[in-house]
Amino acid sequence: MAVSEDDVRHVAALARVGLEPERVRLLATELNGILSHMDVLSAADTSAIDLHARGEGDGMPLRGDADPQLRLARPRETFAPEMRAGFFLVPRLATHENAAEDACATHRCS
Amino acid sequence: MRDAPMQLTAALASRQVGQGERSAGANVDDAFAIADAARAGREGLNIFLGVDRTWSRAEAERVDRGEAPERKQGVLAGVPVALKDNLATLHLPTTCGSRLLEGYVSPFEATAVRRLREAGAIIVGKTNMDEFAMGSSTEYSAYGPTRNPLAPTRVPGGSSGGSAAAVAAGIVPLALGSETGGSVRQPAAFCGVTGIKPTYGRVSRYGLIAYASSLDHVGVLGRTVDDAALGLQVIAGYDPRDATSVDVPVPDYRSAAASPMSGVVIGRPSEYYPESLDPRIRDACEAALDALREAGAEVRDVSLPHTALAIPAYYIVAPAEASSNLARFDGVRYGRRGEGDGLRGMYEATRSRGFGAEVMRRILLGTYVLSAGYYDAYYRKAMEVRRLIAGDFATVFASGVHALLTPTTPTPAFTLGAVSDPYEMYLSDIFTVTANLAGVPAMSLPVGIVDGLPIGAQVIAPHFGEHTMLGVAYAIERALGAGGTP
Amino acid sequence: MTARTRETALELVVGLEVHVQLKTRTKIFCSCPTGFGAPPNANTCPVCLALPGALPVLNAHAVQLAVTAALALDCTVHHTSVFARKHYFYPDLPKGYQISQFDQPIATGGRLVIGERADGTAHVIGVTRAHMEEDAGKSVHDRFPARSAIDLNRAGTPLVEIVSEPDLRTAAEAREYCVRLKEILEYAGVSDANMEEGSLRVDANVSVRPLGSPTLGTKTEIKNMNSFSGVERAIAVEFERQCGLLDAGEVIVQQTLLWDADRQEVRPARSKEGSHDYRYFPDPDLPPLVLSSAYIEAQRAALPELPAARRARLQANFGVSAYEAGVLTASRALADYFEEVASAHGDGKLAANWVMGELLAYLNTAGVDVAHVGVPSVELAALLGLVSDGTVSNSAAKRIFVRMTEGGGAPAAIAEREGLIQVRDDQALEAWIDEVWNAHPEETRRLEEGEKKLLGVLVGAVMKRSGGRADPRRVSQLLAERLAERLAAQQDP
Repeated sequence: MAVSEDDVRHVAALARVGLEPERVRLLATELNGILSHMDVLSAADTSAIDLHARGEGDGMPLRGDADPQLRLARPRETFAPEMRAGFFLVPRLATHENAAEDACATHRCS
Repeated sequence: MRDAPMQLTAALASRQVGQGERSAGANVDDAFAIADAARAGREGLNIFLGVDRTWSRAEAERVDRGEAPERKQGVLAGVPVALKDNLATLHLPTTCGSRLLEGYVSPFEATAVRRLREAGAIIVGKTNMDEFAMGSSTEYSAYGPTRNPLAPTRVPGGSSGGSAAAVAAGIVPLALGSETGGSVRQPAAFCGVTGIKPTYGRVSRYGLIAYASSLDHVGVLGRTVDDAALGLQVIAGYDPRDATSVDVPVPDYRSAAASPMSGVVIGRPSEYYPESLDPRIRDACEAALDALREAGAEVRDVSLPHTALAIPAYYIVAPAEASSNLARFDGVRYGRRGEGDGLRGMYEATRSRGFGAEVMRRILLGTYVLSAGYYDAYYRKAMEVRRLIAGDFATVFASGVHALLTPTTPTPAFTLGAVSDPYEMYLSDIFTVTANLAGVPAMSLPVGIVDGLPIGAQVIAPHFGEHTMLGVAYAIERALGAGGTP
Repeated sequence: MTARTRETALELVVGLEVHVQLKTRTKIFCSCPTGFGAPPNANTCPVCLALPGALPVLNAHAVQLAVTAALALDCTVHHTSVFARKHYFYPDLPKGYQISQFDQPIATGGRLVIGERADGTAHVIGVTRAHMEEDAGKSVHDRFPARSAIDLNRAGTPLVEIVSEPDLRTAAEAREYCVRLKEILEYAGVSDANMEEGSLRVDANVSVRPLGSPTLGTKTEIKNMNSFSGVERAIAVEFERQCGLLDAGEVIVQQTLLWDADRQEVRPARSKEGSHDYRYFPDPDLPPLVLSSAYIEAQRAALPELPAARRARLQANFGVSAYEAGVLTASRALADYFEEVASAHGDGKLAANWVMGELLAYLNTAGVDVAHVGVPSVELAALLGLVSDGTVSNSAAKRIFVRMTEGGGAPAAIAEREGLIQVRDDQALEAWIDEVWNAHPEETRRLEEGEKKLLGVLVGAVMKRSGGRADPRRVSQLLAERLAERLAAQQDP
């Protein structure tokens, strides 16, 4: 399963990291080098393993609905890169360039 | 006669402060004096990323004045401690060794840090580390490498290299580090100190900046087994803010000092003593086994047959989780934002300028193994192999073996810049990643110094078997002397 | 919705994904409040800001509500469910992933009855699954120049997503599914389920296929519908659009569409940046959620009465019709109100008439919710008591009711104050009858000649003369008696 330069570009896009073109080839080589050592895994017999199997009492602890809110020791403005009127600000999304005339400016895009 | 902090143990120091024989302020002043003498600063060993001497002295005065009486009576009253820079602190920045978090001061505190402070400890600094704890030498810090105090041309190991160096240099008797694949034990071995990775869930991860959540642990480094046990005692215990922490009673770890070795069965797993093992390390570990035999323990040859799969499985699971955990560093709410074209450009500039080469490599590797079409072949398979490795330990411990003794590392501390191939660097974790994959407790303690370089041996115990593990470590230390040298 | 005369009739196939906000005080993975109206980002903490080192801890009440919702929909609740991470970058998604149950949801395999089929059997829509997840924050794109503004108050709000089977065949059925689902969730007390306020959001997967075909066509997903009628309209419009494309020999493109209620049209959503590869994997910060049989059974036992059961009970206990039971159970609060009135008064039929008539008319006109109506159910029952025992007339009662909604007090006091108590004293009634008899010689003559319907006219005239206070039944009796006497006198002079 060799990692191609296209794979590197695809994965970099998913991970939102910018890569100079010359780094793409280098990273493809490095990732292939690392992954070549992982091939031994495919030979391991894991047929007896059931990842869904759980022991008794393995469940997670839950919290109460009325717990007090966790406090911040310093205001958000002290660590936020850009804040105004209580909002975190980011460059406007390319999909909302004409936000003013956009009828559903706040729709969820997920 | 009063001991200087160089020789002072945390246990003794806190007793003196609690009884008013010595002030917390004096301990902190001594810590800074020793740091200066050891050239711990940026131009020297480069141990610390964040220090605020004024604040630390003020903290010490608060303890001395008894402002919070429980701190002055705490088991770490007035003990100077250092913290790895991936543990959230309220008064010093928490950078995780990354440019992306340069100057970031957390608005909340890690549970382990809070527990240390409540027990009276005085934070004297945040220590250098491989960026986001990804590395085994502290060379991957965005703020330059840390040097090994015992051999300054050598690395201190990593990723908790700064914390191990702070203890080895005598600046603090106790420091916190973190582990994902051996990042406490390996630097402990390289620097000649004791390092404990507790059972997964024993110490809260709340406030530990995540690298790979299912493998991450907060760990302790101390100059002696006793100090490390004391540190663990303070930070161990259930935390309702960490759903993976486990509500199991915390025993008195220091009472393990009195554990007899007669009747104790020590396993010697053949996979950890390969032909290729550095003979200096083999000899030191065999000496430790001999000491245990003399103390009455039985040493039994055992096998953990899936050990060779540990590094490949680890380097699938850890980067996969890392790629997810590091997605939050997007420049929106905190951290150094990069400027680029639009939102997409901002993301990419923030992340590619903020992350170093090794972090980038692991993010891409992790994204790749989770992406459509590869999940089953890589991530699922690695998680299954992880069960096999955990099964190895379960089988051995079910067979009547109480603890395992192995080398901590395949080599002593290597020279700065000597390891450039990423995978070769990964192999320095070969004896330590198994305990992270299985979640079992493990610790490294010094068992000798060869050619001026410390050698560490590792004790591994079953889940929540810290007391047993410490009993074995105390016995070895008694026989060989603290630091592995009588 | 099959349709229209064409060479091959096309059939609509719809599946709905409904996001429901669970009625907790605090968020799903942290203890920030879930309420509306706080200043931007005020309801945030290290966890929902995704600060480095923060960890999620699951809210027990959110679990309880999700289990209740699942049981109310006849789902199988699983002993083990797993939270996964769904990755994508968006500024209102603080962690870079959404925590959502993926391949091991909390519940699967439920059903929802949306009515009766023509043959009298229940019309059942399958519920594929229900899973828990966290909501994202809110992005505001039109407030600052060249900037999107992020408010994370909503980030981490607990949701349960309920996914239906593609069992719906008309836009009206889809709407009915939403109505019934909302009703059940509201009855079960798990959500306010209010589409306008966003506590219930509906996405529709829509495709068409030749009638009788077993395979599904290419589907589109419609979002941004913010009312039940919007759901119905959007699906109808999309059905027409897809039919039109197929008729024209074109293909359906799988895409996400947004409903534009103003223009009554769907249009393609501008796609999110980058490709969709969510890289799901189990969240290592959250061990599996393990629920014991005892826990699940306790939640089942604690389930409140659901709409279908309540309708059946109202029919059985109060003698109302199926139609009336349907209207009266439109909300849990209305059904509670009706039951209180009917139980206190004793005549279910009369109570139904009044609740469905005067009360609902008033609520609609005044825009008041039954939970906040100013007429306590016991007072309405008291008013009905006055009607039943003849103390006031039906028309007087309506006037009294209006006074009651205006805060006029107890019905008997109003009746007294306004002189609306019926006159049943024969002497007084005879006096009015005499006056009417004398005033209408033409009508009385025709009545005596056998034109019986004029009796009603005379009763009306007496009522008018009495100012509405005369008891119409008694007036009618007295008039009938007087007529009989006259007729007897004529035959026997």
